[in-house]
Amino acid sequence: MLAIFLINIIVDGIARIDWAFITNLPSRKAENAGIFTALMGTVWILVLTAIIAIPIGVAAGIYLEEYGKKSRLANILEINITNLAGIPSIIYGILGLEVFVRTAGLGSSLLSGALTLSLLILPIIIVSTREAIKAVPKTIKEASFALGASKWQTISRQILPAAGGGIVTGVILSLSRAIGETAPLIVVGALTYVPFAPSSPMDQYSVLPMQIFNWISRPEPEFATNAAAAIIILLLITFVMNGIAIYLRNKWQKKVKW
Amino acid sequence: MNYKLTADNVQVWYSDFHALKNISIRIRPNTVTAFIGPSGCGKSTFLRLINRMNDYIDGFRMDGHILIDEKNIYAKRVRVEELRKEVGMVFQKPNPFPKSIFENVVYGLRIRGVNDKHILEEACENSLRQAALWDEVKDDLKKSALAISGGQQQRLCIARTLAVKPSIILMDEPASALDPISTAKIEELISQLKQNYTIIIVTHNMQQAARISDRTAFFYLGELIEFDTTVNIFTAPKEDKTQSYITGRFG
Repeated sequence: MLAIFLINIIVDGIARIDWAFITNLPSRKAENAGIFTALMGTVWILVLTAIIAIPIGVAAGIYLEEYGKKSRLANILEINITNLAGIPSIIYGILGLEVFVRTAGLGSSLLSGALTLSLLILPIIIVSTREAIKAVPKTIKEASFALGASKWQTISRQILPAAGGGIVTGVILSLSRAIGETAPLIVVGALTYVPFAPSSPMDQYSVLPMQIFNWISRPEPEFATNAAAAIIILLLITFVMNGIAIYLRNKWQKKVKW
Repeated sequence: MNYKLTADNVQVWYSDFHALKNISIRIRPNTVTAFIGPSGCGKSTFLRLINRMNDYIDGFRMDGHILIDEKNIYAKRVRVEELRKEVGMVFQKPNPFPKSIFENVVYGLRIRGVNDKHILEEACENSLRQAALWDEVKDDLKKSALAISGGQQQRLCIARTLAVKPSIILMDEPASALDPISTAKIEELISQLKQNYTIIIVTHNMQQAARISDRTAFFYLGELIEFDTTVNIFTAPKEDKTQSYITGRFG
């Protein structure tokens, strides 16, 4: 099914992709319309989300796995973090609208969108960081402690290098999920038509999925072709990111064998 | 004569489980002491008290004193990182870090801020020589420590421990995962290291205890049943339980 769908899209869209399609601004005329603003929006969102979510998520994962005391409260928190990963993304959108767009007064800016997507992927980063740390054998930790290493030295010199592959993989996969998200960004005010590429985190923006959504809802068949072409670009980005994740994981696995 | 290590009325609990009951023991410097006894008798627990590796276990509680060079190692002001510089440990399974042989040996120095190349190289060579591994790996110091054999890995772990210059070395069944030839090498190494270090070794292998140790302590169900010279323990034990254990009637 998926394969037929993909082939269909590629047949429809591949001819439409050229350099102009990538560098052109959106237009009312399908043949002039390009994805430049949406692509730049996606890149901005990706970078901002990474800057916000990676440090917090990885630090939270390390804390929960290595420092957090085992208590009932910790257990409840743990279960809930895992549950958070399964909440429909639109709920995060509504939360982002209330907290970032309105209460914090950030408006419908790139920053609001990135913060909202960060919330969405934080649980994934936290869980995958913890799993990666758990996979490091206890004997390595013991060996480090027995040589007089402090807890932080053991984490930074042994556990993180050994868990690095797993952590990076989790981070990339979560980011590739973030760039495919549409629902929460609709709620926090990503636009379907922006005439200029954003130049600061406070600018308004569009992203690729929004652009695709917009084109698909047009009646003219030329826009459907545009949508197919944009889908190919979005899929390419996601595939490349997942490919990097798989490559890094394999490379790390080869280096670290127990 | 001074004692290197003194334990007085040491008790340990894991939550409700009374793991060690009233252990008192005195160990002289530059000797090899073997701890024997059936699984779960508390010998490893006692060994891990000496470098405070039990501190991380949930529900761990202890009572009594352990003194090294007359100093209480469970006193509040003692920093465990400093204690573990004095008391090294070698584990049951070889557990080298997934780094080069060189980096494994100098890890204990690096975490103490030593980064001078000459000091590290010298320490690496000295430690590997002491651990009788230098001739086998001197040309492959950059090779991953995971690429050498199990017996070599265990000697590397010993070298790594020696590099921080401890005075006591704890060994928790260091040869139980190794083949007979590697085991013989480790045993030979232990008798050499005795000249400079105080060694305490937990072993399930009675012949090994008899071969390498000066004194032997027999643990049973959390109690220290008998502690005497190895010759006495194996030829003329005073306690019935020791007698039946070493003759293989239980355990």
